[in-house]
Amino acid sequence: MNRATDVRHYPGARLVTLIFFIWLYLPIGVVVWYSFNENRLVSVWSGFSTKWYAAALENKALLAALEVSFIVAVIATIGATLIALCAAMVLSRAPRRGIFQLSEAVVNMPLMLPEIVVAVAVLILFSQIGLTNGMLKLILAHTAFCTPFAFLPIRARMQGMTLEMEEAARDLFASPWVAFRRVTLPMIAPGVFAGAMLAFVISMDDFITSNLLNSGGSTTLPVYIFGLIKRGTTPELNAISTLMIIASLIIATAALVMSSRAMTRD
Amino acid sequence: MTVLRSFRFWGLVPAWAIMLFTLIIPVGIVIGVSFAERGAYGGFEWSANIDSYRELLFSLGWTDELEFTPKYLIIIGRTLALGLATTAICMILALPVAYIIAQSPGRWKPLLIYLVTLPFWVSMIVRVYAWLIILGNNGLAEKLWRFVGGGEIDTFLFTPGAMLAGMVYSYIPLMVLPVFAAIEKLDPALLEASHDLYGNRWVTLRKIILPLTWPGLAAGAILVFVPAIGTVLEPMLLGGGKLMMMGTLIQSQFGGARNWPFGAAIALVLMAIVVVLLMLNARRASRKEALL
Repeated sequence: MNRATDVRHYPGARLVTLIFFIWLYLPIGVVVWYSFNENRLVSVWSGFSTKWYAAALENKALLAALEVSFIVAVIATIGATLIALCAAMVLSRAPRRGIFQLSEAVVNMPLMLPEIVVAVAVLILFSQIGLTNGMLKLILAHTAFCTPFAFLPIRARMQGMTLEMEEAARDLFASPWVAFRRVTLPMIAPGVFAGAMLAFVISMDDFITSNLLNSGGSTTLPVYIFGLIKRGTTPELNAISTLMIIASLIIATAALVMSSRAMTRD
Repeated sequence: MTVLRSFRFWGLVPAWAIMLFTLIIPVGIVIGVSFAERGAYGGFEWSANIDSYRELLFSLGWTDELEFTPKYLIIIGRTLALGLATTAICMILALPVAYIIAQSPGRWKPLLIYLVTLPFWVSMIVRVYAWLIILGNNGLAEKLWRFVGGGEIDTFLFTPGAMLAGMVYSYIPLMVLPVFAAIEKLDPALLEASHDLYGNRWVTLRKIILPLTWPGLAAGAILVFVPAIGTVLEPMLLGGGKLMMMGTLIQSQFGGARNWPFGAAIALVLMAIVVVLLMLNARRASRKEALL
């Protein structure tokens, strides 16, 4: 078969793919490019400068928002990963029916519902029970919607794992805890790591819930950036965005390298 | 073994606790609030009326008579239309891209898939902000428009098209990945068989590729459509806040306008749309299993 008549070859598909990848990275490139713009107007280029990075790093409110985001994300990640790990330990050994099937659906529920609906629901609940601590509200809500993101990689990792190793450890008189810590945990570690990374990024990234629950002292980074954007685009915003892009790329690459290593080891 | 056996129960307790507390009970309360009365100073007062649902379709006229007002139906319609358009564009884009990635040499595949997912890790607000710059004053879109000799335009921003551009960009990886997974499972022998039977590309696409990758397309459609109809950032930033979608309408009822029962009612309408979709999808999936 030559290319002209080969049905597997679709003319134009390659071009579409090429344009697709350019289009995928163009917006990110534009943001990074204009972050070095000396001009106060984003889209009017007037020379190279790194002054907006200096301005961003000296912005007290920005750093405070980053701190809130980071604290919430770390606590929510630890909470969500522990909850997901416990649930995955049970669900990967249990039959897929009855209460266990229901539990699996419950763990994944935040993925099924539109985030704005859940955000409104927790807002009403917190106002009804009189919970006013902004940070606590954020941590509780973030832990909940991060749980399925931590759960899925752990669950997938456990699915391919045989229980024989753990049983062998038990036969050698290891206590359940020792068997878990010395045998099971090292085997599922890549899944746990990938899940925790995902949960952390999802929490750091969240806008809808954090915006609705926003109160003084608990403004997260995306909510703060949203406020800045509303006041107008500036190269400082581009500098902040560029720093966030770099952070995301580092985390994403670490998570992907980790999970691909986990897959090749089997 | 008793420790392990009791763990079968205790291991699930934290998950149930957090989901009951932050999801199941709150959604139950939302259902209650949607039938409540609007409080005098924001908030709500418990009661049992359907005013909030009536407000979706009717408003009170001068003499307290009900007048049909399509104001909110238009917002719901716009939300569904933009959600469907986003899903359709993502499908059309994802098919050739996933097809080319699936056909590329083995060692290229992980890299290409990595490149597809990478922008998805970049913060949502940064990605929407990027489109604000591209479509904004003197931005790349305007420069390109003038370059190709397009006529005078005011601005690309604050239009449904701007929202659509942002939404497609935000959710496209969620379509490419399942479609890629489906195309990769496609047996190339089937394509050759189609060719041997004098099928041309169009027939092969319609009779072989599309039916066999349909599960991937359907999965991608759900993954894109559900977050797309609940989206908030695109209408607020690229739509300028004037062109509301359901997400922004719900949010505004808990902010400035402060009609909690009405906000709860719209949230439930949004949730109902999603639940119906997920149930249809589950039925489709189980029917397929029954066939196999």
